[in-house]
Amino acid sequence: MGEYMILMRKCLTFPDRWSMFFKQLIKEIYKLGVDSLWIVVIISIFIGTVIAIQISLNISSPLIPKFTIGYTTREIILLEFSSSIMALILAGKVGSNIASEIGTMRVTEQIDAMEIMGVNSANFLILPKMVGLMIFIPVLVIFSMFTGIAGGVAASYSSATNMTPAAFEFGLQFYFNQFYVWYSIIKSVVYAFIISSIASYFGYNVKGGALEVGKASTNAVVMSSIMILMADLVLTQIMLT
Amino acid sequence: MIEVKNITKSFEGRAVLKNISAVFEDGKTNLIIGRSGSGKTVLIKDIIGLLRPDSGQILYDGRDLTQMNKAELKALRKEMGMLFQGSALFDSMTVLENVMFPLDMFSNMSSKERQKRAEFCLDRVNLADAGDLYPSEISGGMMKRAAIARAIALNPKYLFCDEPNSGLDPKTSLVIDDLIHDITVEFKMTTVINTHDMNSVMNIGDSIIFIKEGVKEWEGNKEEVITSKNQALNDFIFASDLFRKVKEVEEEELKEGIKKG
Repeated sequence: MGEYMILMRKCLTFPDRWSMFFKQLIKEIYKLGVDSLWIVVIISIFIGTVIAIQISLNISSPLIPKFTIGYTTREIILLEFSSSIMALILAGKVGSNIASEIGTMRVTEQIDAMEIMGVNSANFLILPKMVGLMIFIPVLVIFSMFTGIAGGVAASYSSATNMTPAAFEFGLQFYFNQFYVWYSIIKSVVYAFIISSIASYFGYNVKGGALEVGKASTNAVVMSSIMILMADLVLTQIMLT
Repeated sequence: MIEVKNITKSFEGRAVLKNISAVFEDGKTNLIIGRSGSGKTVLIKDIIGLLRPDSGQILYDGRDLTQMNKAELKALRKEMGMLFQGSALFDSMTVLENVMFPLDMFSNMSSKERQKRAEFCLDRVNLADAGDLYPSEISGGMMKRAAIARAIALNPKYLFCDEPNSGLDPKTSLVIDDLIHDITVEFKMTTVINTHDMNSVMNIGDSIIFIKEGVKEWEGNKEEVITSKNQALNDFIFASDLFRKVKEVEEEELKEGIKKG
């Protein structure tokens, strides 16, 4: 914990050169954010479809209106899937990427080379990743919300379920609380900080060789996932109760 | 000039450097030699400030690195260039971008001037055509030369090289040695090289210190290293059959010369 705080103190300072920071920031937004769009879209469509089908199969009582399927699908996607579950998936993809990249730079002395030049390596390497992911993760969450719901809508057209598209769409609009979208986005920004800072910490402190880089990458994903779940609980308590 | 005075360094109670003192002069290639695990790398890391010695002084033209605050150390580091054992080029950047990196970070030159300076450095190490390639696309020798170009981009006063010939064939090693030596003389730098390559010692050893188990055992130059009577140094140097035979031939020639008068 102490080492993590020291690294964050070193990292969270003004960059040596703003022009280099923005150059790195654009690269990181593209690498960590834009390159993750495809996986977010694919997973969201399929999960949205599956959620809608499963709810429709489980709600067979004539006493429960059909629009409940659309309503429940929307609530699951907005409240938990597009932010928390997506963050767990991104912790795997982005977190391991960050930890292995920085870890490899550590074991191949690239970080030492920066330090020798007088560059604040933590600030140069980590800050653009943190800021980049925090900027772009709301975009990923919004994409996930839209594509997840689109998947649900697609499922409502299937004859295998007991839904009708009209009822599903009515359910999607029923008792809509705009705050849930903001709740999801705020959570995702916190998760972006968790993923990028924890993965960077594990990568930056690698000692040894390729084997240790692999271990650091795994540890980064495990620790990020645990911290995301804990943050989910705390943020939900703070924002929804 | 860099002066090291009574440096000691321990890790978990194990002394790695024991009271080492040395002087590394301007315009010379100063070599630190010794077996693997003798403390060479720890000494060079102490000198460049990557590690803090337990006691002693490291004077860069009179400025004590061990007493510097972060800002002073950062300023001093802009006067340093370093060639790492594995080159340590940034994988995500092209060779030209690697050389431009210190210029981008610290110089006040315009973009064109920075590029011109980087191209000059690449040309100086005969890599003018490799600027657009990534480190993974060039050979080990080219990587070393690119790392030298990056190290000299900011025109440093002090150049440090950690095992510059590791992983290179003998011919490429000579090219790298000559390049380091020529650059040292040309830019009047204080160059400190950490090596156990005897070809380097004989080729560019203007000033040499020999370390054994964290203790400075001997100091001299490339002419004196062959004729030294220091047993530990001889055990190290003549571990190679080639050098042992060279010494035997030299001694025989010397005896014959004495006989002939």
